[in-house]
Amino acid sequence: MSEPVSPNGRRALDLVPKAEGKQTMKQFKSDQEVRWCPGCGDYAILAAFQSFLPTLGIKQENTVVVSGIGCSSRFPYYMNTYGMHSIHGRAPAIASGLATTRPDLSVWMITGDGDALSIGGNHLIHALRRNVNIKILLFNNRIYGLTKGQYSPTSELGKVTKSTPAGSADAPFNPVSLALGAEASFVARTLDSDRKHLTSVLSAAAEHNGSAFIEIYQNCPIFNDDAFEVLKNPETRDEAVVRVEHGQPITFGPDGVHCVVRRGFGLAVAKTAEVDPADIVVHDAHEPDPSYAFALSRLPGEDLLHTPMGVLRDVPRPSYDEIVRGQLDAARTGRSLDDELDSLLYSGDTWAIV
Amino acid sequence: MAKQVRQLDRVVIRFAGDSGDGMQLTGDRFTAESAQLGNDLSTLPNFPAEIRAPAGTLPGVSSFQLHFADYDILTPGDAPNVLVAMNPAALKANLPDVPRAAEIIVNTDEFTKRNLAKVGYDVNPLEDGTLDAYAVHEVPLTSLTVKALEAFDISKKDAERSKNMFALGLLSWMYNRSVEGTETFLRKKFADRPELVEANVTALKAGWNYGETTEDFAVRYEVKPAKLPAGTYRNITGNTALAYGLIAASVRAGLPLFLGAYPITPASDVLHELSKHKKFGVLTFQAEDEIAAVAAALGASYGGALGVTSTSGPGVALKGETIGLAVMQELPLVICDIQRAGPSTGMPTKTEQADLNMALYGRHGESPAAVIAASSPSDCFYAALEAVRIAVTYRVPVLLLSDGYLANGSEPWRLPKVAELPEITVDFATAHNHENPDGSTEFWPYLRDPETLARPWAIPGTPGLEHRIGGIEKADGTGNISYDPANHDTMVRLRQAKVDAIARDIPDLVADDPSGEARVLVLGWGSTYGPIGAAVRRIRDNGHPIAQAHLRHLNPLPANTEALLRSYDKVVVPEMNLGQLAQLLRAKFLIDVIGYDKVRGLPFTAGELESALEEIVKNV
Repeated sequence: MSEPVSPNGRRALDLVPKAEGKQTMKQFKSDQEVRWCPGCGDYAILAAFQSFLPTLGIKQENTVVVSGIGCSSRFPYYMNTYGMHSIHGRAPAIASGLATTRPDLSVWMITGDGDALSIGGNHLIHALRRNVNIKILLFNNRIYGLTKGQYSPTSELGKVTKSTPAGSADAPFNPVSLALGAEASFVARTLDSDRKHLTSVLSAAAEHNGSAFIEIYQNCPIFNDDAFEVLKNPETRDEAVVRVEHGQPITFGPDGVHCVVRRGFGLAVAKTAEVDPADIVVHDAHEPDPSYAFALSRLPGEDLLHTPMGVLRDVPRPSYDEIVRGQLDAARTGRSLDDELDSLLYSGDTWAIV
Repeated sequence: MAKQVRQLDRVVIRFAGDSGDGMQLTGDRFTAESAQLGNDLSTLPNFPAEIRAPAGTLPGVSSFQLHFADYDILTPGDAPNVLVAMNPAALKANLPDVPRAAEIIVNTDEFTKRNLAKVGYDVNPLEDGTLDAYAVHEVPLTSLTVKALEAFDISKKDAERSKNMFALGLLSWMYNRSVEGTETFLRKKFADRPELVEANVTALKAGWNYGETTEDFAVRYEVKPAKLPAGTYRNITGNTALAYGLIAASVRAGLPLFLGAYPITPASDVLHELSKHKKFGVLTFQAEDEIAAVAAALGASYGGALGVTSTSGPGVALKGETIGLAVMQELPLVICDIQRAGPSTGMPTKTEQADLNMALYGRHGESPAAVIAASSPSDCFYAALEAVRIAVTYRVPVLLLSDGYLANGSEPWRLPKVAELPEITVDFATAHNHENPDGSTEFWPYLRDPETLARPWAIPGTPGLEHRIGGIEKADGTGNISYDPANHDTMVRLRQAKVDAIARDIPDLVADDPSGEARVLVLGWGSTYGPIGAAVRRIRDNGHPIAQAHLRHLNPLPANTEALLRSYDKVVVPEMNLGQLAQLLRAKFLIDVIGYDKVRGLPFTAGELESALEEIVKNV
């Protein structure tokens, strides 16, 4: 999937040292006991991530997992890589400092809907805007878990929680739309329980040069159980999930009875049998204009019917770190830094006193 | 007519005009000329926060004060001997500071009915006797400039704008300094507009010639070069010196410098300066906000770079949580706080030293960080080196305090040799450091160096040392998450002990007491060094012994601080706050220090400190 490389031909992992020999899932598991609630969707994501990392073939010590605060943000403790569990909302900024100074690292960021979209919303959009070389996994369970059940910025309007007994009065973010609004160069959505799909999205993200944003719908069995049931239940999922694959016409439902067509300023769902096959939208993740992916992201309603899953957008754009490192490289003179320092101090208008 | 030349040992000039009149540039150039001549000098720019307040109004007045002398001086001077007032607003705003008999040069062209009314002058002060006590030179600066530039094909507006160069030329003549440097400067500044180069140079020379020929200026003054220690000098502001210090520290430590910053007065020039020096590998990251600026710096430190953030008080307030994370993660981090008058937005362009308490205590929990302060513009260079040394040696956040006065003020700096700068040694962990009973080995990220109590700095990419750190309390040694009560108590004490231990590694506090007979010690910190030093000299000249000591390290304090303070009958602590250091000393040592506090957004004058301190010295 991840065809586009940076305009200068770089892939995200080009500067990351390769592992000698084969790696195993086991070596990426830390010795710490995993302490999420039984049935939490985080377990599935952790297992998928741990089994996926060895496939990248990069050195274990060159992988870093940075997180903020929340249930999902305990993730780094369970990974036998370098890791930092930081503070609420600030992981994109911390990861930006790390990834910008260390292009030899594969930097992954784990966050949740509260961490990334509420307290850390500003850092998220700016990391995406800059296209810093970090891979952001947003575990969206549409609820605050660690603080025990308040509504989150992705909870549906009217959500009744401990802090909103009469129903929440604020409209939710659609994280994928938000990321596209920030002109993220890679935007995808996947589901905790679909390991194969999750893994394929992770693989595409890992190679993407710049920021990759992946929303992972994740079930919280304690405070918001079955929030994504419509996307998981065999009886409803075929009608609810719109799988998008680059270069493929967008059809879904049993035997592809539904399809996506252009309508007005955006896209809409139609019956495949009732439209000219030429009118069915062929998914183009490499479309430079983010409006297309944005239109795709607006297909689902509040009931989650017609939720696009897969890589919505994957376009080449220079990453922040390669631009700034290019500036540093261009400025280097080849003289020793001691000599340069001496020249700097003695520059400008100087005078001698004897 | 041969003009009389009078020798002076020191002069204080204040250039004052509208924000659009180019007073800061004029002051800078006069400073550069004086520096080239070898005078010792000290400057105090004072400008409004507004970029362009309404023209001709009191809030729009911008000034630049320069003190130059034939001996070493410590302050920009208490009161101007010469005031250059480019308009009625500048006169009105600055006249209260000008002592009687001082010279005042006014631009009469601007003393129009309308301009006078704007600042509430019912009668023209040039005509009603207001200035009788002063030596007033009435010069139509604007029209003289426009006339001098008649031949040039430039707009009237551009011609009028050159009046600051006319004024500079006149003052340069009066004080016998060369304008060659300014000519070179103008040629460079206006390289892409040659017509403006010639116009400005012509205005500059016209000003000079006006002094030479007009009878109004009968006297020229001469201030000889100062006898300063031999060496190569340059004039430097605190913010530039601080930026250079960070670069020097990066070179000495062999760590690439990463600056995360969000623009804020008066710290932005640190960001501007560092962004120019990419050849050193300096990476400047203009973050989306203050929090991201420090967080990115911490991320860079985690990766083995020298993570620094520069800001002012409101920014430090926002960074508190991340500084706490750095305390917990025990990573190096330097937070430069160029203090300004607070609270809240306060007075952004005015100086203050009221962030000491925030630097010491502005985080939740027991959250010790090292705190150091610079004492003069050039000292910002050495303070930055010291901040970095402490941060990387002890893996602690260090708050480096400067302020608006140091940031924008300047002084001649005797340049150091690179080889003489302090060594900064950095050891990244590369191997396991713990042996299990079965002989196997592990890496424990919180196993400490017995000497410094610093934990190992193991950066990503180091094979075999994979580990996790975070903001949750760590088990002593392994660094695993721990909620054990006894462990928390241990860790809180260890983090404190680590910062306290820095005291073994910093110089003792030294009192300057030439007669050895002083019974009063005046103790300062930060930018009050100059005014206190000048006041102390005057008090000694008046025949009274007094001792002076100045703190660079505010946390931890030098090991001998208490003993030194106890060896005097009285300790006086002048501060541009309501007694923050004084309170600390009282609490820590039960010493009854006397505070002297002024919070006016301006540095102390030597005169006011002289009176206040002499009063105390006489009454011990």
